[in-house]
Amino acid sequence: MSLDPRLRAALLDRLTAMADDELILGHRDSEWTGHAPILEEDIALANIAQDEIGHALLWLEARRQLDGSDPDVLAYSRPAGAWRNARLLELPRGDWAFTMLRQYLFDVYEAELLTRLKRSSHVPLAEGATKAALEEVFHLRHSSLWLRRLALGTDESRRRLEAALARAWPYLPQLWQPLAGDAELAGAGIVPDLAEVGDAAGGRIATALKELDLQTPDTPPNPGGRERHTEELVTLLIDMQSVTRADPAAESW
Amino acid sequence: MRPVRRRAGGSRDGAASAGGGTAAAPLTPERVWAALAQVEDPEMPVVSIVDLGMVRAVEVDGGAVRVDVTPTFAGCPAFQAIRDAVATRVRGLGATAVTVRRVLSPAWSSDDMSDAARAKLRAFGLAPPDPHGGLLLPALEAPVACPRCGSLDTELTSAFGSALCREIYTCRACREPFERLKPL
Repeated sequence: MSLDPRLRAALLDRLTAMADDELILGHRDSEWTGHAPILEEDIALANIAQDEIGHALLWLEARRQLDGSDPDVLAYSRPAGAWRNARLLELPRGDWAFTMLRQYLFDVYEAELLTRLKRSSHVPLAEGATKAALEEVFHLRHSSLWLRRLALGTDESRRRLEAALARAWPYLPQLWQPLAGDAELAGAGIVPDLAEVGDAAGGRIATALKELDLQTPDTPPNPGGRERHTEELVTLLIDMQSVTRADPAAESW
Repeated sequence: MRPVRRRAGGSRDGAASAGGGTAAAPLTPERVWAALAQVEDPEMPVVSIVDLGMVRAVEVDGGAVRVDVTPTFAGCPAFQAIRDAVATRVRGLGATAVTVRRVLSPAWSSDDMSDAARAKLRAFGLAPPDPHGGLLLPALEAPVACPRCGSLDTELTSAFGSALCREIYTCRACREPFERLKPL
């Protein structure tokens, strides 16, 4: 706990970014509950959504240990400008192809991040990564199968997957774009080198796409750090935070 | 290092807890473990949290009790209910202060379940995962026995089921769908 103040501030930023990624993706996934194409997939995605929200809690608990902040307040009372999720994750759920492709891209990134984060010198990070990595095995298997199914299914599924790729691609590198304090954290063995995570994840994604004979879009990355958002985040938060706004004292049941 | 798991001492709950007079008995870790062996997982009401290996440690200091519990899955919505049930049970033993800590390490594994828990789950119609010794990926490919007819001629319908900890199978022999607790 006796981190120097600069490392502590950098770690707070990193934990917030990781928690916000999980929570926003979990919320977007949860929007399919009751609307997925078939019952098994409805159940599967509801499970994945709940897992992601559980992983957000791992990181928010780690943050609470550092600065005493309440996870519920951060999730349900924070204005859009204070969120630090990657923009890919706040984009509307789109069609099934976009939802599954986005899940796949995030699952690959997360697998590469968590496997390195298990060795973090900061115990709550190492413990959280170990826990989440086990559960993520099921996610990546599921979303990888969907990538194949969509690519090799029908003309329509392939067309939808290609459109989803074009939509997601500019936002992908932001997942592993380092925060200002990440280099210092990496130097202290607290987080892995994000460039290494990005190389590994990007390489894995490129190999999978090539195997399915899918073109990698050549669109340039969407610029800006995690403080920048689309207006889609605002509408997402209006929905996600509506219960708290209606009843600030609402509790879990 | 993993704390030693203690087994509950049989099914004598009715008389012992309802009969009064037990509150005067000194608070010991053994009594706390025995009480925790009565706390069910609300999503699998045939096994206790001790059977499942979710209780990591018990510490008794005078009237104060600390219980360390680990979630099966990080996002398990039953965890809060389990936490409340633990506190209520331990307070029922006469503890003056109860702390229930959510601990993450060592992360819960399906290998932490007792063999008795596996048998109870099977009888309940929920296929238990076989011990895998940490080799999760091979465990996901291994054949799964139908909890109703015992056939190994089963197939995975979906890797996700009615709770975070379950997946859905179908038995080709007896044609019944069933759920399995995920190996983790």
